[in-house]
Amino acid sequence: MRELDNMTVKSDKKAGCDPRDDSFDLKKTTLRVFRTNTAQGKDSHFDSLVVPVQRWTTVLDSLLYAKSYLDSSIGIRYSCRMASCGSCGMKINGIPRLACYTKISELEDPVVVCEPLPNFPVIRDLVTDFTQFFNHHKSINPYIQNLNYDKTEKIDEVSSSHSHRQSREEVDKYLQFSYCIKCGLCYSACPTVATDTKFPGPQALAQLYRYYADSRDAGKNRLNIVDDRHGLWRCHFAGSCSKVCPKGVDPALGIQLLRSYMLGISKDKRNV
Amino acid sequence: MNGISKLALKESQIMKIHYITGILALFVVAVHILMRLVVPYSSSLEYAHVIANYHNIFYAILLESILVLISIHGFNGVRVILLELRQSKIWENSVTITTIIAMIVLVSYGTRTIILANGLGL
Amino acid sequence: MKMLGQKNNRDNREGLKGWLNPLRYGWERVSYWLQRLTGIFLLVYFVGHVFETSSLVGGRNAWDTMLEMTQTTWGHTFLIMVIGASTFHSANGIRLIFTHVGIGLGKPGRPDYPYYPSSLNTRQRSGIWIALILTAVAMLYGANVLLGGD
Ligand code: SF4
Ligand code: FES
Repeated sequence: MRELDNMTVKSDKKAGCDPRDDSFDLKKTTLRVFRTNTAQGKDSHFDSLVVPVQRWTTVLDSLLYAKSYLDSSIGIRYSCRMASCGSCGMKINGIPRLACYTKISELEDPVVVCEPLPNFPVIRDLVTDFTQFFNHHKSINPYIQNLNYDKTEKIDEVSSSHSHRQSREEVDKYLQFSYCIKCGLCYSACPTVATDTKFPGPQALAQLYRYYADSRDAGKNRLNIVDDRHGLWRCHFAGSCSKVCPKGVDPALGIQLLRSYMLGISKDKRNV
Repeated sequence: MNGISKLALKESQIMKIHYITGILALFVVAVHILMRLVVPYSSSLEYAHVIANYHNIFYAILLESILVLISIHGFNGVRVILLELRQSKIWENSVTITTIIAMIVLVSYGTRTIILANGLGL
Repeated sequence: MKMLGQKNNRDNREGLKGWLNPLRYGWERVSYWLQRLTGIFLLVYFVGHVFETSSLVGGRNAWDTMLEMTQTTWGHTFLIMVIGASTFHSANGIRLIFTHVGIGLGKPGRPDYPYYPSSLNTRQRSGIWIALILTAVAMLYGANVLLGGD
């Protein structure tokens, strides 16, 4: 028991941030939160809220603190709090980031400015409308297209039971792109999306590559979907999408690889 | 309009042209500039010297190819920038048509200079 | 900030401001920005150049008048900028052609925390730095020839 006590004391001293400790010094940060309500047509403004922060406090934590104790009317969208659902994207100190994946301490700024994601219509406060973004995603047919797998009668028993087998190399070709959580950060950082409403954006194009590079997929028309005025070619490799992506998807890489297929630099067995 | 849209190039073909004209322009412009560096800078601009250059048929061809390559590359670049700026049928069609016309006008105007300067015998 | 009504899909798009500010997302964004600006600038110069050289057709006098107008210190400063712009646009353009076809960007793999996007690697990025260095050298050389006397 005494050993345990010692341990607690030790660890408290080391961390210096146990609230029971008198010497605990609670840091404070000012949140500047963008407020608007488009449905009511009100003018937008910023609210300043002072919140306590610790080393591990994320922007989402502090927004939820503010919502619980200071102003319950702040509109935010979140769910998983662990960078898995992609709901909490917002512009934090000028850069699109996930609120749950950004620690206040790492921003190294006494003021944290939270604004809705640019390039998305604002619904209220920090909540944005993803309809167009999702429509772009749908437009590239984000699913495996392979008629052979449906016509089971044509495939003998052995091959049908192993029909989805892939080698490690085949998986590696698309795996990282399938980690996309549709958070929209890349869409919001892209300079082309900033002015071009018809451009599918980095997310959709990277997903097109993800299905295109999948050895199970036999979709014939994939590349033609984006071979138009506002398609793949409006990417100029500004790299901002890959810079902000919180999941290491590297959409810019997917887009350039897709282009290499379209130009015939990379060869593919399938006729496209 | 239907006939025209059948003639229209795919975006991937246009961008292939963009890359190729860009690379070729780099070479011909390099030659064009080198030709000026082989003589002292001030005399390279003297009327007689320039006209002599134009009389050389190979140099005239070089100039003409610079004119064509850069017009295609440059105005296609402008088209791309303008298409990204705004999206509507009218805007997009007028951007396409305007850039093509501008391209043709510039090429013809430059060609006129080359032909006249080459054939004037001054 | 008053434009946030939900009238159409353009709402809250960053617009031109989005690409005119190169300072936020690293070197590739700077390259994108410079490539565009130099491109537009060079086209403007090119149109002007085709126009100025057309004075050849007007004979020696017209040509000399044109030279008088353009061969000034300002004209030379402008030319030095043209030299810089074309050097950058060419060198970076070559880098962009390579990256656009997927060369030099690395291969997709299994991302591990902390994520590092392989397309933003030093190999392709050094192309931007090389382009900038070449630009500086070319401009210095140009300044030496044009402004440094005969
Ligand atoms: S590619 Fe990355 S930044 Fe873009 S939506 Fe997917 S996870 Fe988010
Ligand atoms: S709350 Fe799910 S990603 Fe941030």
